[in-house]
Amino acid sequence: MRNPQLNGDGELQHLLTLEGLPAPVIDRILDTALPFVSIAERDVKKVPLLRGKTVFNLFFENSTRTRTTFEIAAKRLSADVINLNIGVSSTSKGETLLDTIDNLVAMNADMFVVRHAQSGAAHLIAQHLSATERPHIHVINAGDGRHAHPTQGLLDLFTIRHYKKEFHGLTVAIVGDLLHSRVARSLIHGLTTLGTTEVRVIGPQTLLPAAVESMGVRVFHDMRAGLGGADVVVMLRLQSERMKGALLPSAGEYFKHYGLTVEKLALAKPDAIVMHPGPMNRGVEIDSAVADGAHSVILPQVTFGIAVRMAVMSMLAAN
Amino acid sequence: MTSAPTPELAGNGLPDAEATIAALAEKMAIAIAYDAKLVGIYSGGAWLAERLAEILPGEHPVGFIDVSFYRDDYSKKGLRAKVATTTLPFEVGNSRIVLVDDVLYTGRSVRAAINELFDYGRPESIELAVLIDRGGRELPIEATYVGARVAVARDSSVVLQRHLDRRFELSAEPLESAPGA
Repeated sequence: MRNPQLNGDGELQHLLTLEGLPAPVIDRILDTALPFVSIAERDVKKVPLLRGKTVFNLFFENSTRTRTTFEIAAKRLSADVINLNIGVSSTSKGETLLDTIDNLVAMNADMFVVRHAQSGAAHLIAQHLSATERPHIHVINAGDGRHAHPTQGLLDLFTIRHYKKEFHGLTVAIVGDLLHSRVARSLIHGLTTLGTTEVRVIGPQTLLPAAVESMGVRVFHDMRAGLGGADVVVMLRLQSERMKGALLPSAGEYFKHYGLTVEKLALAKPDAIVMHPGPMNRGVEIDSAVADGAHSVILPQVTFGIAVRMAVMSMLAAN
Repeated sequence: MTSAPTPELAGNGLPDAEATIAALAEKMAIAIAYDAKLVGIYSGGAWLAERLAEILPGEHPVGFIDVSFYRDDYSKKGLRAKVATTTLPFEVGNSRIVLVDDVLYTGRSVRAAINELFDYGRPESIELAVLIDRGGRELPIEATYVGARVAVARDSSVVLQRHLDRRFELSAEPLESAPGA
């Protein structure tokens, strides 16, 4: 079956997941993001690529940061941006997802940025648009359930490439709640596609997906062993609601075993970088001394995230 | 504009690149502002700006501009695979700028470059220096300094190449899809 993200010419039509996205397409996005970084440093932080286009941010699930960075990205491309907080709008009156989409298409939408608690929501919209022959409308998945968060994965890849130049020869350790993390899933797919030498996942059995080894990663339950010689340490957010389901004893206990401290980070390479997709829980998965320390690239990640989203939007809008 | 002798034409109907650069530099040397900043349009114009800065008398800072984000054919052709980063290592506001490009054709790249410059600041003035003016303008844009004027068939494009020994050469190639200049 044809990759639903690519059009007949192999160009990006939608961005739904990094799984199955060919390495040249990922490289092309990362290369395109680079010149967008410097736009933020200018007097006028805008280029006219998406002038006259309308981007709808459809957030069926709350996320201030992701929504804001997509909004800034679209505005810096000169698009008109409409933010819809669907949780409190039509769907609560009973409208279906696809009826909502059709209504917004009738308002001449050019692009949808979709965040949904249900895995596959963005795919469903993309399929619907293709089935109704509206190929000029593009969909970006801004996080669907536990499935994927491709722009976060791409900005992580961009950050790693920025500091480490290439993926071959790198050891990347991803630590924490992989079970519920679409961020980790997207990053692992991207890292393996780009030829990262070793991808490790570190976490308690209860927070790792059942067949995580099948994604081509090495599994560690002991954080000290897993961090040994790592070039990149990616900390995942521990969502407090996970504590309820008896997956974990307590936040304090978790920090003791899987929280990143200066002392544990010393086991990684001396020039290792520390990443976190945010929002951080200080003292739960990461110690403040590390989060604010010299190895941390957590804030540059946010800045790069805007450039990466600008690259994705401008590549989609032209195809 | 002065009327320096037009360089001899080579076998491909195009003038010798090195001689044309010398002719262009000669015209610029007597006319550009002492504090003019050179801004080359990627990629040919960027190489040319670097070379001009070496041979022009005085100090002329060099910047580079990639007009991909400002092109008017984006919705038709999309972004090029490799977009370079615009690098202007000086204040654009209140500067006297000389835009530098290898070939002036439709004028659309220059229009895009002027738009981009204004997003960095309000220049005191902008002039335009081109190695080759091949006519065929689609916008009311003219160069201040021209290396050589050349008639070229509509279906071919003039390409400036820089060899490994930094020697320049002009060649004519079949047009890909639309004018690049």
